Amino acid sequence: MKGRLKLSLMSDIDGRRWHDMGGQPAGDIPMEGHDFALWEKRVDALMVLCGGKGLFTVDGLRRALEDMGEEAFEKHSYYERWIASVNQNLIEAGTYTLEELALKMQEVAERGPSYAEAQTDG
Amino acid sequence: MAERVRVKALMPPGHVRAPAYLRGKTGVIERRLGTFGNPEQLAYGHKAGKKHLLRVRFTMAELWGEGAEAPDDTVDAEIYEHWLEEA
Amino acid sequence: MPHDHHDHLSPSGHPFRPDNDSPLTYWQQMEIAVRELLIEKGVMTPAEIAAQIDAMDARNPANGAAVVARAWVDLDFKARLLADAAAASREMGFDIGPLNLIAVENTERVHNLIVCTLCSCYPRNLLGLPPDWYKTREYRSRAVREPRTVLREFGVELSDDMQVRVHDSTADMRYIVLPARPAGTADLTEAQLAELVTRDSMIGTGLPRNAL
Repeated sequence: MKGRLKLSLMSDIDGRRWHDMGGQPAGDIPMEGHDFALWEKRVDALMVLCGGKGLFTVDGLRRALEDMGEEAFEKHSYYERWIASVNQNLIEAGTYTLEELALKMQEVAERGPSYAEAQTDG
Repeated sequence: MAERVRVKALMPPGHVRAPAYLRGKTGVIERRLGTFGNPEQLAYGHKAGKKHLLRVRFTMAELWGEGAEAPDDTVDAEIYEHWLEEA
Repeated sequence: MPHDHHDHLSPSGHPFRPDNDSPLTYWQQMEIAVRELLIEKGVMTPAEIAAQIDAMDARNPANGAAVVARAWVDLDFKARLLADAAAASREMGFDIGPLNLIAVENTERVHNLIVCTLCSCYPRNLLGLPPDWYKTREYRSRAVREPRTVLREFGVELSDDMQVRVHDSTADMRYIVLPARPAGTADLTEAQLAELVTRDSMIGTGLPRNAL
């Protein structure tokens, strides 16, 4: 009995993490694509440049993406999750503080309601 | 290291690059790739030790048993040395 | 006030790009803030960001197609490509940064397929950003378990005597498939051959176009 209980507990948590998808059952592959928007290209560029400057690594990017969990993967787009991870890594690296981020995000929102208007350079 | 290797069947909770579907599975070394920084340290912002990286080839029969789509098809994956043991 | 007119002009007098004109999202707000903080802290300049975007835009499947076509017409180049695909791509003048690239060759007996089950690793520095399907749960989950069924969804039928080799990009290497040269192309130039090489044929979910 004791052994059986242990087995059933073990099978509740098999240790595989959500992002580790190889071999899992899944449906038909969605074939539709999209062109990347400017803000998505900027997120990509920020990641590449931060990596090149040694602020954090692509492994750090992945680690924060994984730690966001499966719900974030299902709910948010690829570059939405990327900017959240880039930010997480920059906070951890001490590049800027949460206070600086909070004030800057508020300032950005106050510039205008569209992406274009929220830039300093219009 | 032996030509036949098994991926360690460990399940730590953090950032690792040995996929779960390969853990505990045996394959053959396809090629050696040299050394690279250990992602398990890099992911947390630490200085990383260098680890040998190897490409290991697994048969679908080994990975999926009777349920394999075609038993002689293969999967190659890059596995760091500390995840491999002699088989 | 949301800007919902297509002819609305920004303060600079230019029309807003369509993707710039919708209401600011939380994530875009974060992107702007992170970017401006990085610039204010002197970590990077706006020119560096613009140059990186341009560099990424310049990377596209045509670069890989040129490499494949060269390998089809030049057997010495093909040998170098299979030995070190990154060095061979650089030899052709492509700026692929620090990419480590392995080329895997399709033959009459072998078909190769590229995936990244753990995230979405892709030979982006040669081929540009990956298609959306490459990053989906469905492709990442199934490619290593039922590649033939996956290939059928992409319209690729393989005979039973072909072996499928799936390559899971789990670490520091990236992969490109060297597709088999289509039959009936003996008279084509290298540039004409490159036209036959599709993005998907270099990931392994497609085959080169047939010569007309």
